[in-house]
Amino acid sequence: MTTSVSPDDTVISEELRSFIDLESNAVTYEIERHAVERFACAIGDTNPFYTNKKFAESSSYGGLIAPPTFFRSLLPGDYPLPYPEPFAHILDGGSKYRYNEPVRVGDQITVVRKITDLFEKDGRMGTMLFKISEISYTNQEGRLVATQTTTTITYGTGAKDSGVGNH
Amino acid sequence: MFEDVNVGDYLPELVKYPDNRQLVMYAGASQDFVAIHYDLNVAKEAGHPNVIIHGALKSAWLGELVTGWIGPEGRLLELDVSYRAIDFPGDTATCVGKVIDARIEDGVGLVEIEIGLRNPEGAISTPGRALASLPTRSAT
Repeated sequence: MTTSVSPDDTVISEELRSFIDLESNAVTYEIERHAVERFACAIGDTNPFYTNKKFAESSSYGGLIAPPTFFRSLLPGDYPLPYPEPFAHILDGGSKYRYNEPVRVGDQITVVRKITDLFEKDGRMGTMLFKISEISYTNQEGRLVATQTTTTITYGTGAKDSGVGNH
Repeated sequence: MFEDVNVGDYLPELVKYPDNRQLVMYAGASQDFVAIHYDLNVAKEAGHPNVIIHGALKSAWLGELVTGWIGPEGRLLELDVSYRAIDFPGDTATCVGKVIDARIEDGVGLVEIEIGLRNPEGAISTPGRALASLPTRSAT
């Protein structure tokens, strides 16, 4: 069971709250064939649309595409100011993807993230901070190809895990 | 084809056998270097009995479940995944799916699928849903 946290005990400072709706620095990635291959290999998906150029070119896609969750490898840039993460440990709560069109090898994809909500709950691990972020992926022609909405949970004190604050 | 799909149909199960090696491969490929996925001491410090599988790797498998089933003419439109419980390397992960709605909107055949990752205890650790389009006979 979780309960909400009373305002007196909140870890959501004014500084933290000021990050809501703040856009990360835009980063543009070229979708590189071998990065897609490595990703498909790592997730264990043998679909030839990701790796077999001739096969993909003769398909309805007309060329190599990236797997639906390849966006995970396109890390958003930093926020204009350092994000003041209050906790040490991190858990991924989930993702919601919306796809408008496939990402093709050779595309230039620009990634921008913003936090849309912050809230906290008390649970088994003590106070947990929930961060909802929306990440947009726009191609070289200015079309929004996909969005990912993520839920990131942080909790606990001690040595910070690597990557806490990056997600 | 959209017309071949019925509400209540089950997708063929996709079974994965994750090990530590795959978690390291995924960390590298996705640039996710959170240490609970490869360093046992850090995982224990964070309250886990073992290193844990990246949630995003589980969503990749659920994406594969759906894209494999809809085939080359289908298009994945939405993928929602919620990591309710953690999963561990060494445990078999079974991706399951069931069609919960099939409808035509603006001439496009849409199929909504309840998806999930089933752990060895038979519980769904990672529920989700997907929406995909499928070609219709009338459109061809």
